[in-house]
Amino acid sequence: MIVALIGNPNCGKSSLFNHLTGLRQKIGNFPGVTVDKKVGFCKVSDGSDIQIIDLPGTYSLYPNSLDEQVVLEVLANQNHPDFPDLAVIVADSSNLKRNLLLFEQVNDLGIPTVLALNMLDVANEIGITINTPKLEKLLGIPVVEVNAREGIGLEGLKLTIFRALDKKAVHENIDLISLSLKDKVGKIKERFKLKTDYTALQFLSQTDKLGFLKAKDILFLKDLAYELNFDADAFHTKEVIDRYKDIGETLSQVIEIEDEKHSSLTLSQKIDNVLIHKFWGYVIFLGILFLIFQSVFTLANYPMDLIDAGIADLNNFLKSILPESKITDLLTDGLIAGVGGVLIFIPQIAFLFAFISILEESGYMARVVVLMDKIIRRFGMSGKSVVPLISSMACAVPAIMSARTIGNWKDRLITIMVTPLMSCSARLPIYTILIALVVPDDKLFGLFGYQGLVLMGLYLLGFFSALIGGWFLKKFLKTNEQSFFVMELPTYKKPRWKQVGFTILEKVKTFVFEAGKVIVAISIILWVLASYGPGEGFSKVEENVGKLNPELNGKELEHKISAEKLKNSYAGHFGKFIEPAIKPLGYDWKIGIALITSFAAREVFVGTVSTIYSIGADDADDATIKARLRREVNPDTGEQVFSVATSYSLLIFYVFAMMCMSTIAVVYRETKSWKWPTIQLVYMSALAYFSAFAVYWLLK
Amino acid sequence: MKTVADLKEGEKGKISAFLDNKLALKLLEMGCLPGTEVKLEHKAPLGCPYCISVSDDYQLSLRKSEAITILID
Repeated sequence: MIVALIGNPNCGKSSLFNHLTGLRQKIGNFPGVTVDKKVGFCKVSDGSDIQIIDLPGTYSLYPNSLDEQVVLEVLANQNHPDFPDLAVIVADSSNLKRNLLLFEQVNDLGIPTVLALNMLDVANEIGITINTPKLEKLLGIPVVEVNAREGIGLEGLKLTIFRALDKKAVHENIDLISLSLKDKVGKIKERFKLKTDYTALQFLSQTDKLGFLKAKDILFLKDLAYELNFDADAFHTKEVIDRYKDIGETLSQVIEIEDEKHSSLTLSQKIDNVLIHKFWGYVIFLGILFLIFQSVFTLANYPMDLIDAGIADLNNFLKSILPESKITDLLTDGLIAGVGGVLIFIPQIAFLFAFISILEESGYMARVVVLMDKIIRRFGMSGKSVVPLISSMACAVPAIMSARTIGNWKDRLITIMVTPLMSCSARLPIYTILIALVVPDDKLFGLFGYQGLVLMGLYLLGFFSALIGGWFLKKFLKTNEQSFFVMELPTYKKPRWKQVGFTILEKVKTFVFEAGKVIVAISIILWVLASYGPGEGFSKVEENVGKLNPELNGKELEHKISAEKLKNSYAGHFGKFIEPAIKPLGYDWKIGIALITSFAAREVFVGTVSTIYSIGADDADDATIKARLRREVNPDTGEQVFSVATSYSLLIFYVFAMMCMSTIAVVYRETKSWKWPTIQLVYMSALAYFSAFAVYWLLK
Repeated sequence: MKTVADLKEGEKGKISAFLDNKLALKLLEMGCLPGTEVKLEHKAPLGCPYCISVSDDYQLSLRKSEAITILID
């Protein structure tokens, strides 16, 4: 049994979904499209499980973006694997009239429905009372009162869903079809075996938006539309107006409005006076960004240091109790070091998503869109691009997917192309370690940490290069497509902490299981590559080192041997091979190895570096990565490897480099062509290489 | 012909018609029916987009190019 949650944006649908399914949910994709499909399970009254799907929020069945199109494609296609047995329409009671439009449309598709009246408290506050029993009687389908914010009325809703699945009811609507259409609509119904006239009309009026139709079906429908001289726009407009009239008549019988209606907007408007103020609006926005970075850097540092030290302690402990062998090395330097490289990310991802979801929950994100629209439009994007751009400070993959809310293809493409320039959380560990190596842990004016300032600088560099990239792309891309910006501004709300918690959990889980797999696998491969080598060179290292350096003994000899071993290993050969190309940037072959492996995912850099240097160095007292790197000295020149010039060069390299296979994959899926990810890879790599080159030679 | 774009901040008007068919559908869906009262609440700092409230119930944000297609009286 499949139950779909359907409703307008901001109607409280997602929190209802979370309440119903708890932690029993997963994110998947709808077949053929990359729109997130949130599916969960919920136990109903007889103890059985039903599947609940959270469909993207939409105002009607007439989509303006890919997200909204999914709703149409699922609901208009009876053969869709996610086609629901029952639809729960979640409505914002403070604005019931508009919410019932979608309700009527879904009913007309012949899908049985339950209406969940949400946000009744808000409605009451502004002087609206709804006679629920009467509404239920007029609509002919079950109506339930819920409070998704507080989680009230859930049992009632579950019981209603359970009963409704047994005894399905569809609300009967006004007849929309004029006599002249009846005959043709019958033909469509027959051909596609459709249940209702209205579904047939969707086939006729939205042929292009129904991705599941075959070419000959499309031809059939287009011919029919031509024959009828069918004006889809006029039909849709008339339908919406007729429906509002019908809804208005129904509601006039069940809704009472106090004479002196209080506007729900008063408070929001007052807050808006400040937050979208000509001057203070921007000051506050920048302040909030600043606050986020300072706190991500300082607060997340504590748990990160704990994880870092904890992994090092665990490794030392294991090494002390386990016999010295290749297996022990694989476990400690390969596997556990790799897992540590995954775990260390969690605090930062959690903090960033906490902030992002608070901004979205509170309604502030929509104001940021308003504040930035005109500015960002000059750079080929839309105000709506701000959400992907900001989200990509956490991860470019969900960010690129969130660009689907941008209706205009050109705006969306440019957003996708420049989004990976924003510094994602995978770059954070690289930034963190390199900054800690070269930026003093002092405070400017005794207030702002230099390290936090440099970090913010790197993020701003990414942001401005994204803007400039957009400006260039705008010159090259041409489009005549029409699309709209218009969007609802939600009222300000207190963030629901539970919802914030859900978001954090969801993102961390995705990261640990998706990215984690890659990182651990690469760590192990790396360990193997670094521990074995081709031919005689590798196996004879010990002998040769002894012969060539007869004066060495004990620790020093051991050190020299392991360094030589790494040099002669497979990894060493790889690194050496690309060394000529990266030497101008100030990198040695060890960093070269890390560059190669981190192409899979940037975060692998830190893990690789720690694996490589822990293999190459004695690990008696420098257990943590930072200390190890600081002590690393180039054996040929005697200079510090991670010098100021090299470290900054690496920092800049990672600001620009497109080093993430998942991003390439998602850009391919979203643009449906290899052209865009290829262009993106080339331009970002070139940018990274030449900027790093310039920085190294300037600082050297 | 007066449009939403001609409103001053804090000024109200009643929607009379739409000039763009596709945008009209979108606005209708969002509850902007002919006869609905709209009020210009804010213009974004750089003069665009606009924030309007619709019959004092909820707020929409739209660009100037969109606002000039909504006729008011």
